[in-house]
Amino acid sequence: MTIEHWLLPDGVEDILPETASKIEQGRRILLDLFRSWGYEYIIPPKLEYLESLLTGTGRDLDLKTFKVIDQLSGRMMGLPADLTPQAARIDAHSLGQDAVTRLCYADFVLQSRPAHMLASRSPLKVGAELFGEPSLAGDVEIISLMIEALNQLGMQSVQLELGDVRFFRALMAETALPEPVQTQFFDLVQKKAHDELAEMTQRHALPDALAELICELPMMAGDNRILDQVKDKFKDWPGLVAAIDDLAYLSELISARNQNVQVSFDLSELRGLHYHTGMVFSVFLRESGQSVARGGRYDNIGAVFGRARPATGFDIELLMISETIPTVPDARRVHVVAHADGNLQEQWRMIEQLRASGDIVLEGEAIKSPGDWDLVWLTDEWQLREITSE
Amino acid sequence: MPLSASRSLVIALSKGRPLSELLSLLAQLGIQPTDDMTTSRKLVFETNHADVRLMVLRGHDVATYVEHGIADLGIAGKDVLLEFQGDGFYEPLDLKMSQCQMMVAGLVNEGRLPRRLRVATKFVETAKRHYADKGIQIDIIKLTGALELAPVMQLAHRIVDIVETGNTLVANGLEPKELICNISSRLIVNKVAYKTKQALIQPLIERLAEITT
Repeated sequence: MTIEHWLLPDGVEDILPETASKIEQGRRILLDLFRSWGYEYIIPPKLEYLESLLTGTGRDLDLKTFKVIDQLSGRMMGLPADLTPQAARIDAHSLGQDAVTRLCYADFVLQSRPAHMLASRSPLKVGAELFGEPSLAGDVEIISLMIEALNQLGMQSVQLELGDVRFFRALMAETALPEPVQTQFFDLVQKKAHDELAEMTQRHALPDALAELICELPMMAGDNRILDQVKDKFKDWPGLVAAIDDLAYLSELISARNQNVQVSFDLSELRGLHYHTGMVFSVFLRESGQSVARGGRYDNIGAVFGRARPATGFDIELLMISETIPTVPDARRVHVVAHADGNLQEQWRMIEQLRASGDIVLEGEAIKSPGDWDLVWLTDEWQLREITSE
Repeated sequence: MPLSASRSLVIALSKGRPLSELLSLLAQLGIQPTDDMTTSRKLVFETNHADVRLMVLRGHDVATYVEHGIADLGIAGKDVLLEFQGDGFYEPLDLKMSQCQMMVAGLVNEGRLPRRLRVATKFVETAKRHYADKGIQIDIIKLTGALELAPVMQLAHRIVDIVETGNTLVANGLEPKELICNISSRLIVNKVAYKTKQALIQPLIERLAEITT
C-alpha cells in the first residue's frame, strides 16, 4: 500500500499566506481591543494532566480532548480542546487574586472530534474571560466586549441570541429524576422534539404543570415579546422570574449601545449541561446565518482548584470567520538587486527608509508583478521605477 | 462554511416516501411546485413562491443538507434520523406520515440462539443502541437490502429493519420479535436557520402542526 505523503488528517489544514495574514490581522485587532478594555493576555500550556484539564467541565470536553501518556510520570495528559477551563484554573490557582480579574487568550486548540462535520480539528480560539464579578454588570461587560470585537473584525450586522441554562436546570431539579433520564430530556430539548418530550413526561408521570413547562421550553424562543409570555408561565419560580428580568434588562442595554445588533432569545439553548451555570449567548451573522462567537456564565468552575469564583466569558473562532476579517492594506513591493553597481552605503540607507515607511523590500530573486517597484541606480542616485506590464 | 446566504427557504424532501403525500401536505401550506415533481427529472424545483424552493434527495442526504444549512427545512424518516450523526438541526414535528415500526425479527422456528448474536441490519446505530440498552453484546453485519435473507441463509440470527405490513417477513418464514420504536416522517429544521429566519419558519411549523394533528 502506498502512503500519500502529502495527505493531512481529517479536519486539519495548512493555513496559506493569504488566510494566515488575515487571521494574524484579526488576532492583533482582538488582542489590542481586549488590552484597551483591561484584559490581560495569558498563554496557557499546550499540555496538562487530564484531571486538571477536565475537572469541573464534566464530560462535555472529555471526548473532544486528545490524550497522551506522559513518559516522565506515566500519567495521562490532555491537549487542551478549549481554553476557558485553563483560564479558570489560572485565575483560581496561579493568580489567586480576590479582586475582579480580566484575562484574554489567543491560541490554537486541538479537538479529537470536530465541532461539526466541516469544522477544523485545530480551531484558533481568541477569547476573553471575566472572573470575580457575580452581578449582571459582568454579563453586560462581556457581551459588550464581544459585540465590539465582532464590529472591529468587520461584522456589522449581527444577531445576538440570549439564553439561560437555569430554566432547564430548575425544571429538571423539580422532576428529581436520575441523571441518565435528565440527559435524555436534555437531548430532546436540544432537538426541540416536542412530541417525544410529551411522551417522556408521560412515561415518567410528571405532574401536569411541570410537564407542560418542560414541553413548552423548546418553544420559548423569539424576540423580546417572548419574555413577557414566559414570565407569566414561570410566575411561581421567583429565581427564574429574576432571570427573565435580567435578560430583558440586558437586551435593552445592548440594543441601546449597539444599534446594529438584533437581540433574540432561546431559553432552551443549553450549550453545555455541566459547564455553564447561567446566562449563555451566541452571535450569528444576519446575512449568512453563520455562528461567529459564543459564551456564557460558568460560575464556580474553579472550585476544584481551591477557589469558587463567579465567571463569564466568550470566544471567537478565527479560522471559521477568516473571510470576513478586513484585509491587511497592501504594501508596496520594492525589488533590489543586491551588490549592484552604484553607491552601496546609499542603497542600504534607502532600503532601511523604505522598510521603515511600511514598504516590502526584497533583496534578491522574487516574482515581479506589474505594480511592483525596482530600486535602480540612475543618474548617480537610487531611484524607484514602477514595473509596468511588458 | 457555505450556509444558505439568502432570505429564501429551501425545503428538502426525501425520495422513497410517497411524494404525492408530501406534495399534498405542502399544497395545504400553499406551496406548489411549478413543475410536476412526480414526472420531472429535475432535482431542484421552483414553486409558486419566488423565495421557496424544493429539493428531492435520499433520506440520509436530506439530513446532511439540513445539517449544513443548505436546506433550511427537511422531511425525513425517523429511521434515517436515528442513524444520523450530527446535531445541526431541530426535530420539532412528528408529521405522523409514512408510519411503520423499527423491529427486531427472526425465523419463526429459530430454536436456541447462541449467547452472542449476529444481527444483520441497514440501521447499524439503532441496532447497536437497542442491544446495548438491553445489556446484550452482539456482532453487527451491515447489509443494504433484502435483510430477510440473512436469517434464512444463516448469515445472521436476527435482523433489525423497518416493518410496514410484515408481509415480507411472513413470506420468508420470519416473524417480528421485538418492537424497537415507532417510525414516522419528521420535520427537521437547521438550527441556525430556525433562529435567523424565524419569521419565515415559525408560521410554517405552526401550520404544519395544525394540519398533522
